Amino acid sequence: MTDELQLYEVFIRSRRGLDHKHVGSLHADDPQQALEYARDVYTRRSEGVSIWVVASRDITASQESDCESFYDPLDDKPYRHASMYQMPEGVDSL
Amino acid sequence: MNDNVVALPDEHKFQARIDAEEKIEPKDWMPEGYRKNLIRQMSQHAHSEVVGEQPEGNWITRAPSLERKAILLAKVQDEAGHGLYLYSAAETLGATRDEMIEALHEGKAKYASIFNYPSLTWADIGAIGWLVDSAAIVNQVSLQNTSYGPYARAMIRICKEESFHQRQGYHIMMTLMDGSDEQKAMAQDAINRWWWPAMMMFGPHDGESAHSAQSMKWKIKRRSNDDLRQQWVDQAVQQAHAIGLEVPDDDLTWNEERGHYDFGPIDWDEFNRVIAGDGPCNRQRLAHHKKAHDDGAWVREAMSAYDAKRRAKSSAA
Ligand SMILES: [Fe+2]
Ligand SMILES: [Fe+2]
Ligand SMILES: [Fe+2]
Repeated sequence: MTDELQLYEVFIRSRRGLDHKHVGSLHADDPQQALEYARDVYTRRSEGVSIWVVASRDITASQESDCESFYDPLDDKPYRHASMYQMPEGVDSL
Repeated sequence: MNDNVVALPDEHKFQARIDAEEKIEPKDWMPEGYRKNLIRQMSQHAHSEVVGEQPEGNWITRAPSLERKAILLAKVQDEAGHGLYLYSAAETLGATRDEMIEALHEGKAKYASIFNYPSLTWADIGAIGWLVDSAAIVNQVSLQNTSYGPYARAMIRICKEESFHQRQGYHIMMTLMDGSDEQKAMAQDAINRWWWPAMMMFGPHDGESAHSAQSMKWKIKRRSNDDLRQQWVDQAVQQAHAIGLEVPDDDLTWNEERGHYDFGPIDWDEFNRVIAGDGPCNRQRLAHHKKAHDDGAWVREAMSAYDAKRRAKSSAA
């Protein structure tokens, strides 16, 4: 590697029980350093109980322009939603 | 736990966290028993989602209309996804997918005994969605509050998707009960066969449940078997009566004082027999799962061969 720093994405779990959430990114030399930077940059006010850092280049992402082929088929499947099924009057807990 | 064993400081902290309704997350210290118990429960849950595809899958090609077929296909697809969420959540505890599948194939890991009953008619698809999924939902809703973070989050995701499963099943029953005498009889026959196995889904009575006390203390389980069963009975009876179905239990009576239905004794011999491997379809279910796994071996091999080739290429470049 050259002396150019790597880009890392930072994810923080704000509270036990919640998923890690993407909060931003930063530059670092290696994952350990990224973790320390993330602590300094993103958790100065006890924003979290756990941090994940992931090298940005390791993330494979879908493209906005792929939307149609990726998600579109779901729109014509209303039967995946409970609201499609009419339940009789007075029947509870369905 | 044995009171004579002095709890370690770590264990105190761990239990205090649970008592305070905080979640345990994958990298936290946890007692070995907690980890083992969770892996057992979660993998059993995952296996149930996957094996449960079989009785329903049995009717996909024979659904009475294209719409019902698409609906059933979508439901079974969801169940496969639920299996995946749960296997992944169990993997955060260090269990590997291969180990879990192997335990299932060797008969060491269980799955819900209800899936060892056959789906004989189209009405069974209605009864499964309505009764079996609703019983699962009652349990899963309580587990949204389980103490292990990844498990709780998987449950929340699953419960969101379950809402349509129960409704599509009830809708099948409703439609049959609106039909000819033969269709009504078919629906009644389905509830007759599925009612008691669904009652058994909640497991043994509280006094006799092997893992219950410790699991409640660790909040791996949040509500007792009998408690969950009663809630399910109360709602299912009302739903059955609303469309003219009879519940196959002569002892079923509304208990004004308790504000719940009283019900007859459950045949625990049958339950134990099916759990032990002697239900109507146990062998078929396992054999089918093994076959599907073996039949898929060439896909897994092709994927890793492709991956190896790609790696070789990119390291050569
Ligand atoms: Fe299920
Ligand atoms: Fe499910
Ligand atoms: Fe389901």
